Amino acid sequence: MIESHGLTKQLGGRTVVSDVSFRCEPGTVTGFLGPNGAGKTTTMRMLVGLAEPDGGHVRILGGRYRDLPNPGRRVGILLDASAQHAGRRGREALAVSAQTMGVAQERVDELLELVGLDATAARRRVGRYSLGMRQRLGFAHALLGDPELLILDEPANGLDPEGMRWMRSLLRDFADRGGTVLLSSHLLAEVEAVADRMMIISGGRIRAQGTRAELLTESGTVVEAGDLAGLDGALRRAGLAVHIAGGDRRLVEARPEDVARAAMAGGVVLRRLAPAEGAGLEHLFFELTAGGAGACVTHPELAGATA
Amino acid sequence: MSTTTLAMPIRVDAARASTRPGIGRLVAVELRKMVDTRAGFWLLAAVVVTTVVAVVARALVGDAADHDFASMMLVALQPAAVMLPIVGILLVTSEWSQRTGQITFTLTPLRSRVLVAKLLASVVLGVASLLLSLAVAAPATALAGAGLDGAWSYSPALLGQAAVYLVTGMITGVAIGAALLASAPAIVVYFTAPFALTAIVSLSFFAGVAPWVDTVRATGPMVEEVLSATQWAHAGTALALWMVLPLLIGAYRITRRELSA
Repeated sequence: MIESHGLTKQLGGRTVVSDVSFRCEPGTVTGFLGPNGAGKTTTMRMLVGLAEPDGGHVRILGGRYRDLPNPGRRVGILLDASAQHAGRRGREALAVSAQTMGVAQERVDELLELVGLDATAARRRVGRYSLGMRQRLGFAHALLGDPELLILDEPANGLDPEGMRWMRSLLRDFADRGGTVLLSSHLLAEVEAVADRMMIISGGRIRAQGTRAELLTESGTVVEAGDLAGLDGALRRAGLAVHIAGGDRRLVEARPEDVARAAMAGGVVLRRLAPAEGAGLEHLFFELTAGGAGACVTHPELAGATA
Repeated sequence: MSTTTLAMPIRVDAARASTRPGIGRLVAVELRKMVDTRAGFWLLAAVVVTTVVAVVARALVGDAADHDFASMMLVALQPAAVMLPIVGILLVTSEWSQRTGQITFTLTPLRSRVLVAKLLASVVLGVASLLLSLAVAAPATALAGAGLDGAWSYSPALLGQAAVYLVTGMITGVAIGAALLASAPAIVVYFTAPFALTAIVSLSFFAGVAPWVDTVRATGPMVEEVLSATQWAHAGTALALWMVLPLLIGAYRITRRELSA
């Protein structure tokens, strides 16, 4: 359980996190979405006491993180997989933490096997690990203390598609067993497949949050018609916001039935009328995080929408 | 979602989760962190090797009169005296430069406990290296100094002073590392600042101050002679300046400073 109330953080005179409030409940996976530099990492660092908020407060498992007697046994954290001593062997990096939190050394080998680091890899120094291997080691580290809450910053970074699928099933299973997961990403597709709830952050502020269905309701309707000019006119008359979404397709910020009503009033024949679904979510993400760098369009329904 | 699929609900080990790791365990972890990295391992290996080499060299060459235990100990202590402070510096700075602090301080959110563990681990390593010096110097004396009059005359006070010398040296390293939180600057400052200060206080204007602030002159005699009260006072003030002050600055910085992403 994470409860964040109005978290605010200033760095160098700039507000990087502003009034961020959310809850993560047991049994759920919460996706924390936003472009790079949106404030995800800073927010997560405040959750676990690595950074001090300038305003607001956060409760982890009902209290302050720093008051947890043995936090590694309750909260699994992966903030930066590269934050490991380059001169330490992979297995040793886990063993040091296991010793700190009083976890049996056999558990270290179990986890190395679980994340797919074999004996050769475990003996190698972390400085020679690939990004994917560091990420796997970071996962093993987060799971080491058998926690009930996972806080993962960009966990899919550097994972191949197979690793990504593995991670999703692991997180799904973790949440289905009653665990709480908060994971961040700058890529919608990574989060969409596993998250029950999503928060979209941009410029340090939460722009939208809710379940996938709740976000989709906000995200609109895809509509197509032969008579595009007529459609545009009808939608405009009904006072609906319209976006051009590739070819003769429009994305309307309204529910399908409102769009149908507007089209009927204008006498326009529709070829297609559907909730925006993925395209809508993707569009919502872009709209809310406008100007975010590094994002790329992968969804076919959106091809051309941002061109 | 069917509850029958919830084969293994998440169950936290409540007893272990509510038991704060003891300071003894944290000290053991810090000792482990000194030796389990490439740099740490080779530094400590270098201490062992150079101690043996230096003592053997002393036993083989030089005046037979110098083959007594006191001379052997003087030689045997030097490698540790030079290199342990670097181990101390890296013990703190690597948490920042290697960013392992993210892990250390999320597993032990009370950072002052981590600092205390590092200081106690330094005491342990300082005493351990004193034992190493004894273990190397004693057989060397037995072999090279056999038949020498008073070969084994060595004041217990000198042994205690040697322990203080090694431990304070290492803690000075930890303190300067903590005050600067960066490996290279801390090592440079540790080795050059005393010389810079010596150069400054050698000006006649500071002549009266020099013995009180120059750590090389103030602590060096610890391994050579039983200190007088004045010498202890000199050592005390010099250590206050070079060890206690940076340690206070470091404690403030470690407990306050945020860990960059």
